[in-house]
Amino acid sequence: MKIFISPPNSLILFDLVERFGHEPLGAMAAIQERIDNIELDMPPMNVTLDDVIGGLKYAGVEVPSGIRGRLSLWGPLIDTADAAIIVEDPPFSFGCVGCERSDEMVKYMLHRRGIPVISVKYPENSEEAKAAVGRIKEFLEGLK
Amino acid sequence: MIKIAQLSCGTEYSSVQYEIEKAARSVGAKVVYPDVSYADVNEAVRRFGFSPRSPQLRLMIARAARLADEKYDADAVFITTCFRCAEAALVRNELRRFIQENTKLPVVTYSFTERLKAAQLLTRMEALVTIVTRKDVLARERQAGLTAGIDSGSSTTKALIMENNKIIGKDWTSSGDVVQSATSVLENAMKEAGVEFKQIEAMGVTGYGRFTLGKHFGAKLVQEELTVNSKGAVWLAERQHGEATILDIGGMDNKAITVRDGVPDNFTMGGICAGASGRFLEMTSKRLKIEIEDLGRLADKGNWRNAKMNSYCSVFGIQDLVTTLGEGKSFEDVAAAACHSVAEQVYEQQLQEIDVRHPIIQVGGTSLISGLVTAVGEVLGERPIVPPNSQYIGAVGGALLSSGFL
Repeated sequence: MKIFISPPNSLILFDLVERFGHEPLGAMAAIQERIDNIELDMPPMNVTLDDVIGGLKYAGVEVPSGIRGRLSLWGPLIDTADAAIIVEDPPFSFGCVGCERSDEMVKYMLHRRGIPVISVKYPENSEEAKAAVGRIKEFLEGLK
Repeated sequence: MIKIAQLSCGTEYSSVQYEIEKAARSVGAKVVYPDVSYADVNEAVRRFGFSPRSPQLRLMIARAARLADEKYDADAVFITTCFRCAEAALVRNELRRFIQENTKLPVVTYSFTERLKAAQLLTRMEALVTIVTRKDVLARERQAGLTAGIDSGSSTTKALIMENNKIIGKDWTSSGDVVQSATSVLENAMKEAGVEFKQIEAMGVTGYGRFTLGKHFGAKLVQEELTVNSKGAVWLAERQHGEATILDIGGMDNKAITVRDGVPDNFTMGGICAGASGRFLEMTSKRLKIEIEDLGRLADKGNWRNAKMNSYCSVFGIQDLVTTLGEGKSFEDVAAAACHSVAEQVYEQQLQEIDVRHPIIQVGGTSLISGLVTAVGEVLGERPIVPPNSQYIGAVGGALLSSGFL
């Protein structure tokens, strides 16, 4: 199944989803596609003007361009996701989209789709980390 | 190479990062990003005292702290965030203040949309580079020899001849073909001065047509209007020392520049809406069927409170004007309302992005519209100084600064 991860650039979440036999949907894939297939030269994220305009599907023109640009990357992934994992309040080192409002909108869009979503608080110690991974494992196995 | 430190949020997701770097490259500068460690971020935010939720804004603060602590080497600072983001707008402005209080680096702020193109940033980037690289040129306070200055603006083209720190000839015309307009005003200015082209020892050109004119006339100085106009303004106002704010409400864009001893250290250049520029007053005078020169005098006799115009857009502003005239309001009140509307928008859209220093020197062609000067004074609580020949700031600056090459 296709699992959207939030933060979308979390390597740990990406890896966890793959380990449990699902297809992770995250930033890396969206950006890689722009580099490999479309050969866009708009580093570092390869987001183009057309992408930002395409973001209007998810947020109106009064919404800042940085949010619409992000939603143009994550939005199509959310549209095709079968389930999602959200880690709440992670530090930047875990993964981060840089913008609080974009982050809120992504979470809202996931809940609105009505797909299975698990929200896990970012663990503060090893005990909590084990518990969080355990919950994610259980969630992913339950989707099979 | 000049290093411009970029403190930003959202550029890479708005398709504008490439344009920012292109603008910097085109003026011989390089955009750099102060490196910070993960541990620096929270400490910098704590010290700054404003704790935004968005991580990228927190990173901006940490980068600014690196500059303030001189742990990262840069020559100028460019602070930019998404247009319409309230959290970013607060951080952007306060960071600009933080940089100014803690460094001597010139700084410019900008809020972008996805439509940003390098050309829109060119003048701003060029001004940052000029301030860094041409300190000796900008330090010049007296004009020497026989020099000319040409200001090729969006609405008007001005030429001026100076000799031994005195203006001896000048002329202006509406801008048409860049070279033809400049040639015409230059010839008239030389005629008034009683000099020939071959006698002119140096020339400085500025404004939108500067590159074309620089090549055409072989000018010694080809420089953006932010720094050139600042020098012209403080020379005309005899305020070469100390602090001042220069306000130039132009035909196409407005400039608000703070200077210290005649050298700019912060500026904003707006051009989002014609409703906040001299163009709106041109449209108003056409609708009133009066010369723009008479609009100011008419406005001085009116009361803007009797004919409110609250539109940010020139098209809707003219609709307000038509409605107001239809209601039978006097031309005087309508003229005053138009001037007040422009002054209020300049205050709301631009002067919020700089710390206004005193005195305020109002310059440019629109400073001849007395009603607008009155309106700016009312909005700011202090009547601006309008120096003689205030419409010639760019040409004076060009003639003054080019004499530094003799």
